[in-house]
Amino acid sequence: MKKAPIHRFADSPIHRFTHSPIFIALWLALLFLPFKGLEAAGVLFIVLFAAVSLLRVFKNYAGKIKGLLSSLKKFISGRIRIKLPESKTRSIALTLLMSVVVMALPFYGHDYLIDIAVLSGIYIILAQGLNIVVGFTGLLNLGFVAFYAIGAYSYALLNTKLGIGFWASLPLSVMLVTLSGFILAIPALRLKGDYLAIVTLGFGEIVRLVLNNWDSFTKGPNGIGGIEPPHIFGMQISRLGQFYYFIIIFVLLAVFIIRRVAASRIGRAWIAIREDEIASSSIGINTTAYKLYSFAFGAFWAGLAGVLFAAKMQFVSPESFTFMESVLILCMVILGGLGSIPGVILGAIILVMLPEMLREVQLYRMLALGSGLVMLMIFRPQGLMGGKGVSFRS
Amino acid sequence: MYLLEVRDLTKHFGGIRAIEEVRFRVKEGSIMSIIGPNGAGKTTLFNCLTGITRPTKGAISFFDREITRLGRDSIVKLGVARTFQNIRLFKEMTVIENVMVSQHCRTQSGFLSAIIRSSSFRNEEKTIREKALEYLELVGLEAYSDTIAGSLPYGSQKRLEIARAIATEPRLILLDEPTAGMNPQETGEMMGLIKKLQELGKTIILIEHDMKVVMGISENIVVLDHGVKIAEGTPSEIKSNSMVIEAYLGKEH
Ligand SMILES: Nc1ncnc2c1ncn2[C@@H]1O[C@H](COP(=O)(O)OP(=O)(O)OP(=O)(O)O)[C@@H](O)[C@H]1O
Ligand SMILES: [Mg+2]
Repeated sequence: MKKAPIHRFADSPIHRFTHSPIFIALWLALLFLPFKGLEAAGVLFIVLFAAVSLLRVFKNYAGKIKGLLSSLKKFISGRIRIKLPESKTRSIALTLLMSVVVMALPFYGHDYLIDIAVLSGIYIILAQGLNIVVGFTGLLNLGFVAFYAIGAYSYALLNTKLGIGFWASLPLSVMLVTLSGFILAIPALRLKGDYLAIVTLGFGEIVRLVLNNWDSFTKGPNGIGGIEPPHIFGMQISRLGQFYYFIIIFVLLAVFIIRRVAASRIGRAWIAIREDEIASSSIGINTTAYKLYSFAFGAFWAGLAGVLFAAKMQFVSPESFTFMESVLILCMVILGGLGSIPGVILGAIILVMLPEMLREVQLYRMLALGSGLVMLMIFRPQGLMGGKGVSFRS
Repeated sequence: MYLLEVRDLTKHFGGIRAIEEVRFRVKEGSIMSIIGPNGAGKTTLFNCLTGITRPTKGAISFFDREITRLGRDSIVKLGVARTFQNIRLFKEMTVIENVMVSQHCRTQSGFLSAIIRSSSFRNEEKTIREKALEYLELVGLEAYSDTIAGSLPYGSQKRLEIARAIATEPRLILLDEPTAGMNPQETGEMMGLIKKLQELGKTIILIEHDMKVVMGISENIVVLDHGVKIAEGTPSEIKSNSMVIEAYLGKEH
């Protein structure tokens, strides 16, 4: 059945033109023209035109393709009759297999892969933090990277200026970031929706600009180097393999704690606020307080990720904390599925890995990534693992 | 003993006089109805009572406590719960989660006990779940506890809203058009449910358009018209009040 047009000009010739593949492709190609030159814009136009047309066709036939696939599946399972084990044993087996693959990575992966895996781990913690704010509580935060930056710089400064080690800096830095979460939340929470998004975006930029321009304190764009890696029992964690396990511990800790909080009355209150703020205050939730907790709890994890990032890189500079970074983290959450903890892990891994895998095709990398996300939003708007009621249950 | 006392309550939206100097009192354990034509200010009155809108003037006291300027959550904590004219469920949560989250203001586990799953946390969670099932049974939704709330049929959504209100353990329940859009059988069931709430010791104020419901269960009726209280009395008094007939019933006869 066709949906009724939302727009009463939906069938006008102008509408049809502005929504035609050729117009969309032309428009985007023109936007690219000043940056990439005529040749690239031309290629882009052709690629986009083909992609959008294909997408149209595909969308028209999406139902049929799905039907075909399911009948194929029936056909195959009818012939082969593989006895799939019970779903519970299957999921245990799958978990076991996955943990072996993850835990053994340093033994079979080369340094490049381990490096990306470490980065994935840091982003998983970050994205889980943002998921608390955006996914559970429904507050759009476009400046989340600010907390990541404050965490990273806190450790960098504490370590290089005062010589404080990793384990002492960690709680100090994370506390500072949580506090900054509260400080941002207090004025920002008076605002709703788009306004909140803009204020948080501004906060992100302010933090970056301060780091960039306060030369005497942060060394400005040059960044801070010579940050000490962490020690455990007197052993320095500086080799990649060691750092990998080190990160895994923090990822597990984050997932464990966030899951438990999400499955408590606190998590339920957050989801209620996301679902309907007036109703949630009318059943006795102090919405201001709980939004504040959400902001601060999210910031806490971003701070932790920042400290780990600084310890891993042994160098921080404002370049790592741009607005694009906030967008990337948000994409991880949306791709994985708002409010879904396993989904967000997957989203973070995919969005760290994918650009690396597409490195060969430099120019079209972002394009492929973008079209991938667009496709996802068309065919699966709830994200990879979201949906079925986004609320969290243990 | 009066549970609720509203004195000279006034609410203006710019030039619109939604409520004008309304005063009434509600006895503990009674059922009161507020009636009046569309736009009379009934929902606005509920919004003032629950802290959703701030009155322009006047005072509301609940259990001898001034609640006029309290925050919504504090009012709920004191024992005032409500349902909404346009249903406001937590649509993506399950039915039971809707009722569980509504016990928020009667529970207190914090971050730490949630993370370490202390025994007090586990006990509290268990009680929350048991009570939620109990409330669902009361409204007849126990079979749907794991259904996504947004996918329930309309009548069940209205009943779930009532379960959610009860879960806050209120003394006073405000129901905004609980039978709107229901067929006669559902309306009858809803009347039964409201009476059951009264038996449980709750005081009830309902906004209602269905005269059978209003006359059938309320002890006291307040009639609003253009924000002004034009009459108050028992069902038989209201039925014979000429001003009411003119302003409200008159249109239907
Ligand atoms: N937030 C608001 N801003 C401006 N005007 C409002 C607002 N809320 C209500 N009003 C106005 O106040 C008046 C009373 O509205 P209210 O919703 O209280 O009526 P009601 O008696 O509940 O009507 P109904 O039977 O249709 O539910 C109406 O004229 C309405 O337009
Ligand atoms: Mg109304």
